[in-house]
Amino acid sequence: MARKNSRPGRNLLIFFLVLICAYVLVAVGGKWKPELGLDLQGGTRIMMIAKGHPTGEAMSEARNIIDQRVNGSGVTSAKVTTQGGNQIVVEIPGKSRDDLVNEVSQTAQLRFRLVACQDACASSTTGATASTPTPSGAPTAPATGSTAPVKKGAKAHAKKNATAAATGAPTAGAKRAGLGFDQKTVKKGGKKAKAQKAAKKAAASTSTASPSATVAPTTAATPAPAATPTTSTTPDQKGDVSVKDAVAFMNNPPADQVSKFDAYTCPAKGAVTNVNDDPTQPLVTCGDDGHKYLLSPAIIEGTQVSSASSGIPQGSVGYVVTLDFHSSGRKAFADATGTISATGQMMAIVLDGQVISALTASSRIDNGAQISGGFTQDSASALANNLKFGALPVAFDRQNGISHTTVGPSLAGNQLSAGLWAGGIGLLLVMIYCLFYYRGLGVVVVGSLIIAGASTYAMVLLLSKTAGFTLDLPGIAGLIVAVGITADSFIVYFERIRDEMRDGKSMRVAVEAAWVRARATCMAADSVSILAALILYIFGAGDVRGFAFALGLSTIIDLVVFFFFTHPMIQWLAHYKFFNRGHRLSGLDSEALGVDRITVGGRA
Amino acid sequence: MSKFTRFGNQLYTGKKSIDFVGRKWTWYAISAVIVVAAIVGLSVRGLNMGLEFTGGTQYTVTVSGSAGQSLADKVRSAVGDSGVEAAADPTVTTSGAHNVIIQIKSVSTTDNTTVVNAITKATGASAGDISQDHVGASWGKEVATKAVEGLIVFLIAVTIFIAVYTRQWKMSVAAIVALAHDVVITIGVYALSGFEVTPATVTGFLTILGFSLYDTVVVFDKIKENTKNLKATKRSFAAASNLAVNQTLVRSINTSVVALIPVAAILWVSAVQLGTSTLKDLALALFVGMAAGTYSSIFIATPLFVQLKSGEKDVIDSERRARQRAKQVDPYAFVPTFAEGMPVEDNGELSGDTTPGVVPNPEAASSGGPAKPTLRPTDERPTSRGRTAPPARGPLREGGSGRPQPSREPRSKRGK
Repeated sequence: MARKNSRPGRNLLIFFLVLICAYVLVAVGGKWKPELGLDLQGGTRIMMIAKGHPTGEAMSEARNIIDQRVNGSGVTSAKVTTQGGNQIVVEIPGKSRDDLVNEVSQTAQLRFRLVACQDACASSTTGATASTPTPSGAPTAPATGSTAPVKKGAKAHAKKNATAAATGAPTAGAKRAGLGFDQKTVKKGGKKAKAQKAAKKAAASTSTASPSATVAPTTAATPAPAATPTTSTTPDQKGDVSVKDAVAFMNNPPADQVSKFDAYTCPAKGAVTNVNDDPTQPLVTCGDDGHKYLLSPAIIEGTQVSSASSGIPQGSVGYVVTLDFHSSGRKAFADATGTISATGQMMAIVLDGQVISALTASSRIDNGAQISGGFTQDSASALANNLKFGALPVAFDRQNGISHTTVGPSLAGNQLSAGLWAGGIGLLLVMIYCLFYYRGLGVVVVGSLIIAGASTYAMVLLLSKTAGFTLDLPGIAGLIVAVGITADSFIVYFERIRDEMRDGKSMRVAVEAAWVRARATCMAADSVSILAALILYIFGAGDVRGFAFALGLSTIIDLVVFFFFTHPMIQWLAHYKFFNRGHRLSGLDSEALGVDRITVGGRA
Repeated sequence: MSKFTRFGNQLYTGKKSIDFVGRKWTWYAISAVIVVAAIVGLSVRGLNMGLEFTGGTQYTVTVSGSAGQSLADKVRSAVGDSGVEAAADPTVTTSGAHNVIIQIKSVSTTDNTTVVNAITKATGASAGDISQDHVGASWGKEVATKAVEGLIVFLIAVTIFIAVYTRQWKMSVAAIVALAHDVVITIGVYALSGFEVTPATVTGFLTILGFSLYDTVVVFDKIKENTKNLKATKRSFAAASNLAVNQTLVRSINTSVVALIPVAAILWVSAVQLGTSTLKDLALALFVGMAAGTYSSIFIATPLFVQLKSGEKDVIDSERRARQRAKQVDPYAFVPTFAEGMPVEDNGELSGDTTPGVVPNPEAASSGGPAKPTLRPTDERPTSRGRTAPPARGPLREGGSGRPQPSREPRSKRGK
């Protein structure tokens, strides 16, 4: 008999409410048709010509990285190919995806460098320049949304767990970086940096009480002696760019670099900059906010980034990109922030030769970095995506090497309609078969299939809105087939009910007994499918990921419909005499069971 | 329909039973033939890999008029019908307002000329308006390697999962063998049919992988349930497993019908109506693979599992018990039924009590002479407990009590 806690009506109600909620979300999204894939709708073709003469390997590596950038989740079904030796062609579903040009063509060389001079080298002759209080405040002006972390730094509020917050105003286009770092040197440099840090800490602690304007002279003076011995060698070091050397450079930039810096003027805003960004060399460049920087050799490279994500952190209003480093990168970052903490000196995050933000630190930071300021949702996620998948081994000529056009669908128009017709006819036949074989219960099958179809459609619509999910022809076929496979759980359940009734149970008892067993079977079998989906999604790439995603989605929908629609529906129907007395059309009569007589509940 | 359902009931009770386990060598032989054919096909013909895997040649045509979808469709069929095998399934898209892009697999110089001719004919452009370029594979080695890595991890994980869930690692082995069987057959069908392998095919192929294992787990779950308490069920392990397969047979048939109908519809429409298309490639993989998946769960995985288990002590014990039980003869089973007018021999013994198993003489029955005592035919094996009931006069029904009951309605209900 139905247990006390089984409330079919309530379960059904909850299920329908959730389904309605999904459709309300869809209605809010305002799109009732899913985005179609390249083959059905066409899209945008972006063609990029690489600079110089890249090797075939570099090209195919670049192809893979771009593929991951545009199709990281596997659901957009973009197509990336190499062409003719030095071109990469990206085809993306959707008519006007010019916005993606930047994302796919960005080289994404991310580097962390220390700032020796900002805007002007105040005391280049003395060789003991540290950033003055003025520059530390400067970045706050252009990026108003992110003033908080900078203020903290200036006031030297030590805060555990603080991530370095960098201010800056990245343009939509600027988003990529790579970091290179020599581990051996890090270790060597790290020790000395520690000593240095201790010295600075002392300096900082003495200065905290005094107003920030007076900090500059104190901090500038203190580290200088410690750094002097190594200063002369810094610019000549090849590849060995330790935190120590960088700090030395920062505190005492050589005269030739300073004169270079003084001679450099920032290009007009929006102009294409071609900066030769060599990680082992100092760099003179500009920020998006128009500031001019003299930067030390890179201390951390983008390759040291182990993960990157974007989002709005709690208690904040703007989008940020959160970075985490591999161990050596983390150590270097901690050493560097430790060194500049509370001195008002800055570290710059340089993306493709352009400073996207300069940060001050209030204390040594042992965990990841956070880049904030001026991001939109799209630019933040694009940057995180590009950082995650690494820098391109080739660069593209951004002025005249990149073109984009609209492409038409690669399949004739009749294919979609033919596919849909075929699927529709197939599903109709399935429903007729179920009605014929299961009679009254067949209504539940048909209902479950329709509900599963509706749930799937809602999910597809939501995903195409949020994750760029597109449906190509194989995808549509796959969904139709998945709905057919979904029917298996109902069949397992109904056959179980019949078996239990053949054992002499009445329908209401059989429904519960069969549920226990059918549930176990379906959960075991669906676990295999979910396992397949999960593993293929984690390990796969491109289309395989897209498949895994669809498989996981349809399996979960199958389970949800089975638990929250099919079972409560049967429980509910079991209350009706039509079913529990074995009406001829119920599908549970003696003839359908193949027995001579069925047990009728209670008073039989 | 009622025949099928009655069949379902008989399968459930074990009254009717298809010997899936006992005739394993038949099934193995059938599968072996198919698998060998598949492997031969694969090694002789090889797979027809699509443009996405091999890369190929791209023609960019600048047309004088505007390049619309109808022109692209026209070029597609023109190139497809040019008779060049590598160009049988070209990818044709419009690009911008005045360009058409055609991608085919790499071809020889003569074939190249044929294709270019087909293009110029269809578009009206001159050969000078066509630029050719090499295009790389969009499904590079990287994706393939990653997919294979994922597959290996998945197989290991699923082996562990089945072993843990069923507590029998031999089930994992049987399931994986069945999976390999399905996969080889599907690949073989591709090689033999010459259908193109595209990323969509790979997707279909992965679907099969999931479906085959899913189906096997459903069948094995029933086996696990039936063989949980072998002593109580009084069946041998093989018989219990066989009963389990028979009991899930109706479900297997229904599932394959329901899952295959949409695939068959798509396959039919795409192959007959559309000619070459992505859909056809996908639907073929799905159709063959899903059919093989259902087949192998029943005909390969189950007998193989029983065979793997046959050396275990519990299983041997259960076989012995079942054999002994079969030997035990119901003492009442061979008592001749008594009929009115039966002649009694002088010595007081019935004439028929010689050896059991004597088939009653049909002549004697039809001759109209006095009925001789008959022996029950022995094809109904006596069960170990109780007496086998004599054949009923009228139809019997299986009641809730588990014993057959006369189906004759009481007099009041008969309307007399």
